[in-house]
Amino acid sequence: MRAAPWLARRGRQLGTLVGLCLLSGLLSVLSPHFLSVSNLRNVLEQTAINAVVAVGMTFGIVSGGIDLSVGSIVAVSGVLLASALAAGAPVPVAIAAGLAAGALCGLANGLLVTRGRLPPFIATLGMMSVARGAALVFTDGRPVSGFEAGFRSLATERVLGLPAPVLVVAVSYVAAHLLLTRTRFGRYVYAIGGNEEATRLSGVAVRFHKTMVYVLCGATSALAAVLLTARLNSAQPIAGMMYELDAIAATVIGGTSLLGGSGSLGGTLVGALIMGVLRNGLNLLGVSSYLQQIVIGAVIIVAVLVDSLLKRPGR
Amino acid sequence: MIGAAMPADARPATLRMRGIRKSFPGVVALDGVDLEVAPGEVHVLLGENGAGKSTLMKILSGATLCDEGVIELDGQRVLVRDPAHAQALGIRIIYQELNLVPQLSAAENVFLGREPTRGLGFVDRARIERETRSTLAELGVPIDVARPVSELGIAQQQMVEVAKALHGDLRLLIMDEPTSALTASEISALFGTIRRLTASGVAVIYISHRLEEVARIGDRVTVLRDGRRVATHRVGEVSISELVRLMANRELKEHFPRRRSPRGEELLRVEGLRGGILRDVAFSLHRGEVVGLAGLLGAGRTELARAITGADPPSAGTVAIKGEAITPRAPRDAIRRGVGFLPEDRKTQGLVLERSVTENLALPSTPRLSPFGWIQARAERALAASAVESLRIRTPSLEQAVVFLSGGNQQKVVLGKWLAADVDVLVIDEPTRGIDVAAKVEIYEEMNRLTARGAGILMVSSELPELLGMSDRILVMREGRIVAELDALAATQEQVLGAALGQAAGQPA
Repeated sequence: MRAAPWLARRGRQLGTLVGLCLLSGLLSVLSPHFLSVSNLRNVLEQTAINAVVAVGMTFGIVSGGIDLSVGSIVAVSGVLLASALAAGAPVPVAIAAGLAAGALCGLANGLLVTRGRLPPFIATLGMMSVARGAALVFTDGRPVSGFEAGFRSLATERVLGLPAPVLVVAVSYVAAHLLLTRTRFGRYVYAIGGNEEATRLSGVAVRFHKTMVYVLCGATSALAAVLLTARLNSAQPIAGMMYELDAIAATVIGGTSLLGGSGSLGGTLVGALIMGVLRNGLNLLGVSSYLQQIVIGAVIIVAVLVDSLLKRPGR
Repeated sequence: MIGAAMPADARPATLRMRGIRKSFPGVVALDGVDLEVAPGEVHVLLGENGAGKSTLMKILSGATLCDEGVIELDGQRVLVRDPAHAQALGIRIIYQELNLVPQLSAAENVFLGREPTRGLGFVDRARIERETRSTLAELGVPIDVARPVSELGIAQQQMVEVAKALHGDLRLLIMDEPTSALTASEISALFGTIRRLTASGVAVIYISHRLEEVARIGDRVTVLRDGRRVATHRVGEVSISELVRLMANRELKEHFPRRRSPRGEELLRVEGLRGGILRDVAFSLHRGEVVGLAGLLGAGRTELARAITGADPPSAGTVAIKGEAITPRAPRDAIRRGVGFLPEDRKTQGLVLERSVTENLALPSTPRLSPFGWIQARAERALAASAVESLRIRTPSLEQAVVFLSGGNQQKVVLGKWLAADVDVLVIDEPTRGIDVAAKVEIYEEMNRLTARGAGILMVSSELPELLGMSDRILVMREGRIVAELDALAATQEQVLGAALGQAAGQPA
C-alpha cells in the first residue's frame, strides 16, 4: 500500500526512464559503436544544448504557457555574444550581454502575455519572427566568428572528466529543480499552471510570476546560445531553427502536461536524453536526415498518445 | 415522446437495480445496492458525499460499468454499455455542472448532434427554433431560443438541459443537485416542470443535499451510506431528522449549531462601494460576528464579496480594515490586511485541483512560509497537518491531490487555507453548496470557533435556513443595494424573502 502513491507520483517519470533504457539497449544491439565512450560523450554534448533550452520550456509549460521563440532567442543572443567577443569584450561581459538579451526577449514575451493579455502561443510566435529578424538584421545575415581561444574552452574543457557543457547542464538542472520544487517562485509556477484564478484569489501576484517565467525561458535559451557558440566557434543568425520543437518534445516526453500545473525537470532531462539518443542512433544506423524527421515526429506523437491513453479515466 | 400516463401498478417498475456492486482499487464504492423507481415517481436519492450516489448514477448513465448486479428497465434486463446506449434506452442525466455549449443558442444546444438539415446540408434553423420553443413552452418556461445560452440565467440553462433530455423516448430522468444554484422562485418553476414530466409517466431520480426538498418533490426516498442502501421510505413516513440520522449514522443534535460570541470592536467598514451592479453599499462587521448576506441570484451578493476582497476591484468606495481605509485593487491587498475569501465555486476559484492538500492549504501563507523565497518544508507540513486535524479533512495523506477528495473535504481545504493564514475577516460565498450534511456541520462548527476567537465572518448564502441559523445579523440585497438589515434571531424566512423580493418586511412573499 505504501508504495502505491509513490508509484502513482513517480510512475510516469519511471516510465520515461524505462523508455530511455529500452531505446539505448536496442541501439547497443543494432550498432556496436553506440556504447563506445566517445559516442556516449558525443550524445551528451549534443543533448546539452536542447536540455538547457528545455529547462526554461519546462517552467513555461508547467505555468500553463508555452514559448515558441526559444530558437530565435538562441540566435539573437548568440550573435550579440559573438559580436561582443569579436569586438574584444572580456568573456564574462560578453556572456552577460548574451544572457541579458535573452532575458529581455523573455521579458517582452512575458509582458505581452500578462499585460497585453495575448495567448502565449501568439505572443511567442510573434517573438519567434521578430528575434530571428533581429539576428539577421544585426549580422546582415552573415555568421560572426573570430574570437579568442579562451571562449572556446567552454566547449572543449573537461571538468572531472566530463565535458564542460555537460557540467553546465548538470548545474542548470539541479538549480532549476530546486527552484521549481523548493522555492516560493516554483510553488507559484505550479499553482498558476494548475488554476490561475484560484492562485490569484489566494493573493499571489500572478502577472509578475508569469512574466518571470518567460524571462527565465529567455535566459536559458541565451545560456544554450553560449554553449552553441563555443562549440561551433561562431554564431549564426540562422542558428536554433526548430529548437522549440526539440525543447517542447523533451518536456512533454518527460511527462509535463501541456495543460499546465504538473511536470518535473527530472522528466524533462530524461526526455531530452531520449531525443539525443534517438538522433544519435538514427545517425549511427545511417538513416537519412529526411527520414529522421519523420521518425522523431512520430516518436513525439506516440509518447504523448501513450501518456494520454494512460491518463484517460478508467471505466 | 412523452407516453400517456398509466397507473403505477399497471406496469413493472421503470427501473429495478439489484445487487449492484462496484469497486475501485482500494475502495468498494457500491456494495450490493438495490433501487427501484416506479413510472411517474420522483425518487429522491440521499447520501453524504462518498456514499455511492454518483457511482450508482454513473452506472445507470453508462459512464462506468458495474462489477456485479442486475439492471432492469420496464422489466427487461439491460446492460448499459455506454452513455449513447443509455440515451437509446431512454435514460437521461442532468449533471450539477451543466453540459451546454455556451456560445450556441438554446435551440442549437437542444438539437446538438442531431440537427435536422435542409438540402445542401444546411441546418434547418427555423425548425429547431420552432420545436425548441414549443418544448420549452410545454415545460412552462418561455425562453428566447435564439440567444446564446451564456446569456441565460442558470435556471433557464437548466431548462434548456431538460428540453434537451426530452427528445426521443424518455423513461428515466436523473437530476443531480438541480437546485443548488437556483433561487426559491426558480426552484418552484423547476418542480412544476418535474411534476409535468412525472404526470406523463416519466420516472425521476432526484439527488439533493437539501433535505427540505425531499418532502416538496419526492414520492419515495432512498438513503445510501458507505456504498450500501440503508433505507427506502415513502416521503411523509419519515422525518427530516430521521433522514439526517440515516445518512450520517449519528444524531446531529442541531442543523445549525451557532454559538453566539460577544460582539467586539469593528473589523470591517464598507462605505460607498460601487462597481458593476453595486450601488453605494455600506455596512460594518465586528469581531465575533457572522453577518449573513441574503438576496436573489443577481442581487449583487457575490459581486459585493468579490469587491471587498479585491477579486473584482470596486470602481469607487472604501473598505476600512481594522481602521485602515483602502480601495482594494487585487486580492493580495485584502489578504495582507487579514481578509480571506472563500469563493462560490471551489473547483474553478478555490483550489488548484491537481496539486496536493498541503500546497493548497499553504498557498495564501506561502510568503510567510518562505523567508528569502525558500519554502520551509517542515513549517509548511505542520501548517497543513494542523488544518487537516482541526477541520477533520478526510484525506489519505497530505500529499494527495485535492481533485481526489470528496466535495465536502475539498471545501474544508478552501476554508483551511484561510484558517492557516490566520485571517481576521473571512468572506465566504455559499460555504456549504453541494456538500454533505456532516461536512456542513463541521464547517459551521469552524465558523463558531473562528468567531469565538475574535474573527468576523461575512457569509453569502442562498439557503434561508443556513442564513437564519448561522448569522447574527442578516443584510438583504436587491439590485445592488442593501435594502434591509434584520436580526437573525428574530427574523423569519418570509421576512428575508420579502425584502429580497422588494416587498415590505413581514409581508408574505
